[in-house]
Amino acid sequence: MKLLVPVTRERRIALGVAFFVGFVALWFLLTWSGAVPRHFLASPWQTLQSGWDLFATQGFVYDVGMTIWRVVGGFVLAALIGVPLGIAMGAYKPIEAFFEPFVSFARYLPASAFIPLLILWVGIGEAQKLTVIFIGCFFQLTLMVTMIVSGTRRDLVEAAYTLGCSDRGVVRRVLLPGAAPEIAEALRQVLGLGWTYIIVAELIGASSGIGHMITDSQALMATDHIIAGIVVIGLVGLTSDLLFKKANQRLFAWSFLR
Amino acid sequence: MSRLSIRHVGKTFPGLRRHAAPTEALRPVNLDIADNDFITVLGPSGCGKSTLLRLVAGLEEPSTGEILLDDAPISGPGADRGVVFQSYTLFPWLTVRQNICFGLREKGMAMAEQRDVADRFIARMGLGGFEDHYPKQLSGGMQQRVAIARALANDPKILLLDEPFGALDNQTRLLMQELLLGIWEAARTTVLFVTHDIDEAIFMANRVVVFSGRPGRIKCEVATDLPHPRHYTIKTSPEFMALKARLTEEIRVEALAAQR
Ligand SMILES: Nc1ncnc2c1ncn2[C@@H]1O[C@H](COP(=O)(O)OP(=O)(O)OP(=O)(O)O)[C@@H](O)[C@H]1O
Ligand SMILES: [Mg+2]
Repeated sequence: MKLLVPVTRERRIALGVAFFVGFVALWFLLTWSGAVPRHFLASPWQTLQSGWDLFATQGFVYDVGMTIWRVVGGFVLAALIGVPLGIAMGAYKPIEAFFEPFVSFARYLPASAFIPLLILWVGIGEAQKLTVIFIGCFFQLTLMVTMIVSGTRRDLVEAAYTLGCSDRGVVRRVLLPGAAPEIAEALRQVLGLGWTYIIVAELIGASSGIGHMITDSQALMATDHIIAGIVVIGLVGLTSDLLFKKANQRLFAWSFLR
Repeated sequence: MSRLSIRHVGKTFPGLRRHAAPTEALRPVNLDIADNDFITVLGPSGCGKSTLLRLVAGLEEPSTGEILLDDAPISGPGADRGVVFQSYTLFPWLTVRQNICFGLREKGMAMAEQRDVADRFIARMGLGGFEDHYPKQLSGGMQQRVAIARALANDPKILLLDEPFGALDNQTRLLMQELLLGIWEAARTTVLFVTHDIDEAIFMANRVVVFSGRPGRIKCEVATDLPHPRHYTIKTSPEFMALKARLTEEIRVEALAAQR
């Protein structure tokens, strides 16, 4: 192993898969040996069967679809407002001075704490779920984008001015393209954050979604269903993360040069 | 008539914290640069060379005095003064060609015309075959060649260079000096070039401006009447040696004074 030296594609995939194999093997051993009782932790095989059962007979696809749509909906709303606001805050310091203290304050308010309030205000419908995701993502994202844009290399900005750029030209041709890869990376991370909030939002007052299925299963002590649900969340999250990463690598090839 | 006129320009930076003492980076200096001049500014580290260049570029405001370009006072940076910085400042998201075209695009020049200009500079700077490379794929010397091309493509009234070859190895540095001098001999663009390398200062200049140690002010000006075109072998000629001996002495006094 050499410091910071990248591995080949094949090796990277092999190593990544190896951990999953080891993890499932350990899980299998724990349940098979009887070290952990069945009704606390279902075996991998049992989980796979329940997962199949969920999709085949209980219309779980609908729940997964609902959850994805809520996460993506709230996330897109947050990005539509948070990214431009963050760029404006990063580029123009008076705008930052105006919004930053409040956004920093709001960032520390846990989105899940708003759930009871939101149920009172907007009911238990879709608006409540979207709002929870929005609150969870928006403040974080705005601050991240602000920091990224503030961190634009000053020497590049100065170079642009000496090449005849106006203020608007600098924003359009230096700040935006320079910050774009990092903003895309921030979006990827914030989308992951959205996934952690949606399940909480669905645990309380929902009639569909992965979180709703998990609460229902708890009442029935169906740990196999709960674990299958958790695994599905992980898989969907992993997939969206990979897609995001691939898109970033394609769009911003220059920033991956070493 | 002088193209650039630096009149009584001084710069004092305020202290970082409220009670910190301000830094006097530049004692008021006067300097006139004529059309087609190649002026090098020579001085020890920290004497305010970069500060002077940044003032001319319009990236800093002078504390005293004023700077005139073609008799008009400058306010802020502009495309009429091309700058090459000591650090690498190519836009990493643009290819070599796009970097060279950056200022042209800002002017709204037609695409075909931009391409022509870029091709000309790519050829002149020996960048052929690297048009579509990104800056991170280039060596330091190449990056600085692109930076010079990017500044020259804008056809500025004066080219300002701040130790552009400072980070390069000696061999590359010498080749870059010849390249830049060759360009100047062909086009006679007015140049203000900052360096702390005595050979470099003499080899390219028609006038060397020597700065004293901090706070900077002009100590003396030395004309270098060596014939053009200059070949690198000129560096071993008696005239060059005499100039070098004289400037070495001037700089040494300053360096000694700075140590005390
Ligand atoms: N933005 C700034 N704020 C405060 N002090 C500054 C600033 N820029 C430069 N200085 C000070 O002004 C003095 C001159 O700096 P300058 O960068 O012009 O020196 P220089 O001659 O270019 O040195 P070098 O050869 O090392 O590049 C230094 O003492 C430096 O600390
Ligand atoms: Mg300097």
